Amino acid sequence: MKIHIPTPLRQYADKQDAVEVRGETVGEALANLTTEYADLRRQLFTEEGKLRAFVNVYLNDEDIRYLSKENTPVKEGDSLSIVPSIAGGC
Amino acid sequence: MLRIHQSELEAIRRHGEETYPHECCGVLLGRIEGDERLVGVAVRAGNTREDSPRNRYEIDPRDLVRIQRQAREQGLDIVGFYHSHPDHPARWSRTDLEEAHWYGCSYVITSVERGRAAVTHSFALAGSGEEDKHFVEERLEVVATPSFAPAGPRGN
Repeated sequence: MKIHIPTPLRQYADKQDAVEVRGETVGEALANLTTEYADLRRQLFTEEGKLRAFVNVYLNDEDIRYLSKENTPVKEGDSLSIVPSIAGGC
Repeated sequence: MLRIHQSELEAIRRHGEETYPHECCGVLLGRIEGDERLVGVAVRAGNTREDSPRNRYEIDPRDLVRIQRQAREQGLDIVGFYHSHPDHPARWSRTDLEEAHWYGCSYVITSVERGRAAVTHSFALAGSGEEDKHFVEERLEVVATPSFAPAGPRGN
């Protein structure tokens, strides 16, 4: 399946905007992604191995938090989007 | 440096006036060429911070997924974001920095004073991660002729 890499993280994925990985679940796909691109791991995960709070992961158009999180099964043709949060204010 | 067409800059500033006294926000689509970010189109987004819209903004990640898909279809990238500061200087705040995670992108801020857009500044989010991220003010170059003209809606 394809994982879309956002602009700020492409420097850790050989400047690619998308990467093809294998996996039966979202968790497996992300693990394979960070196995291939080790520098991505600390950008996406805390030291405890949890997704950082500002890292949103979408399976197609669904936030995995509202599915089964990392246990969400994936199928051929699915795509993951990694979307860091956008927020701020004066 | 951020290069932007006059019409897109005016659209950003107008958005801030329309949402005043609340903060507006949106996404900048374009291309990155070395150290320069070229804006092709500014896409409006909704502010989900209904609890504190006068001094906080947040873009729904679902909107970002949609806008990112739109960008790919047009051969563009997300190169930055914009928001407004109602009756507040056009400079990044501690909250802006804490909530910024798109390293290498531009964050454009417009001060809107009493409903009228005043100053617009752009800040590049430098650094390679959460540990060393910091804003650096960058030159905002306004051009009369667009470098490229992608088709597509501005958003909501």
